[in-house]
Amino acid sequence: MNMLEVDGLGHTYKGKDGSHTAIDGLDFTVGAGELVCVVGPSGCGKSTLLRTIAGLIRPSRGTVSLHGTKVDGVPRDLAVVFQDYSRSLFPWLSVTRNVEFPLRSLSRTEREARAVEALAAVGLAAAGKKYPWQLSGGMQQRVAIARALAYRPSLLLMDEPFASVDAQTRFELEDLLLRIRREQDTTVLLVTHDIDESVYLGDRVLVLSKSPATVVAHLDVPLGPVRDQIGTRASEDFVELRAKVAGLLQGGPVSVR
Amino acid sequence: MSGAPRVPASLIGLAGFFAIWEVASRTDLVPGYYLRPPSVVLPKMVTLLGDPAFVRAVVATLVATLLALVIAVLIAVPAGLVLGSVPPVRRAVMTLVEFLRPIPSVALIPLALLTFGTGPDTKITLAVYGALWPILFNTMYALDEVDPLHVETARAFGTGRLGLLRRVALPSAAPFVLTGVRLSFAIALAVVISTELFSGGTIGLGQVVNVASGGGFNMDTVLAGTVLAGLVGYGANAGLEWLHRRAFAWSQPRGDAE
Repeated sequence: MNMLEVDGLGHTYKGKDGSHTAIDGLDFTVGAGELVCVVGPSGCGKSTLLRTIAGLIRPSRGTVSLHGTKVDGVPRDLAVVFQDYSRSLFPWLSVTRNVEFPLRSLSRTEREARAVEALAAVGLAAAGKKYPWQLSGGMQQRVAIARALAYRPSLLLMDEPFASVDAQTRFELEDLLLRIRREQDTTVLLVTHDIDESVYLGDRVLVLSKSPATVVAHLDVPLGPVRDQIGTRASEDFVELRAKVAGLLQGGPVSVR
Repeated sequence: MSGAPRVPASLIGLAGFFAIWEVASRTDLVPGYYLRPPSVVLPKMVTLLGDPAFVRAVVATLVATLLALVIAVLIAVPAGLVLGSVPPVRRAVMTLVEFLRPIPSVALIPLALLTFGTGPDTKITLAVYGALWPILFNTMYALDEVDPLHVETARAFGTGRLGLLRRVALPSAAPFVLTGVRLSFAIALAVVISTELFSGGTIGLGQVVNVASGGGFNMDTVLAGTVLAGLVGYGANAGLEWLHRRAFAWSQPRGDAE
């Protein structure tokens, strides 16, 4: 069953000094439980794509459907993790209160239980009383992920979630994401400009063209559900796929081997 | 940690001021008898603080100031939220605001005295008028500064317009609002005392100063009242700054912890 269906999606920003088409004629689907990475060159409209799916921008053309229902406004059961954790967490709220932020409709005890569970899942069980500024960048992004998980979305959108942390933390967070989606069967659409990351994380990789972005290729990633930073990245399949994605991003015809 | 050595350092300016004042009034730097030295004024102030009538006047002034401040907050914060978040209202009202704001409250004292009489309502009304603006402007401009990513994050989790105002805009504006309140306290105090100066028969620090100044023989009392007003303002400012640091530790600029 398709969790997400994107059909002929296009968006044009209209400004005083002309208009700018960020994305155009995008078609793809994401199945339930799938982790799909969208990779594209910088400034190709990846963030626009994500914001239209999240209902934050009304698209100029086309439709987005979430488990069969056309998206109009912000869908109920969708969560977003943004790149800029330091501006996406609320600095006036403690870590626990940040995680509880989207859970207004639940009872207090249920909110607390969800927050405890989500913080434990990202390895921050002891940090609940702290404030975001008291945590490192990697820990802040863990809090943002915990907040999204606590919401139990049917679709988790991630916008360059690991682009602002150092390489070591980035590996840790990538593995954290893989573990969580194995355990919780979350459906994830992750946008990145990092070729290696898209192959390492994805069940499938969608390659976008330069702006206005269209889908250039769908690639299946046959690396299995359990991956590790050293072995997987050294494997033949990984190396071949990343070369393929890199070739597609450069716009040339693909000639691997 | 750095609090202990800072306290004396912050008092150097004040001590220097009193020293210059002392010298100026003991020598003939300032002509006349009226500028009494702090070595006379400060003991006088202590004596006066033992006088129930004087204390009643000070309390009356403080209560009027605080009341004015509370009313100003109750008007200016909601008004600032509306002006800051509803652009059409802002466009319609800003000209009026910019016209009213530069009018000094003290210029309205004669009108207010004739209209409302010499009771406490007059000084409170005028102080509210003076204290409104810093709070209104700080609230309004704080809303312009709300991080768009905070808004997007909250919206993505299904937060509606009212929720955004209450759960995102208000908390992120709160430190700016408190700064506005801090600036407004000094204004409210000055307006209350100024109004009391002109309101014969009212109870307040300004009236004590006015009465004592008659004939020029009680300038120590006049100056004691004046210095006390300064000390009250200093104390209120320090208290509100402390509150700011306590309540809004999150808003101090700093990088990531490592």
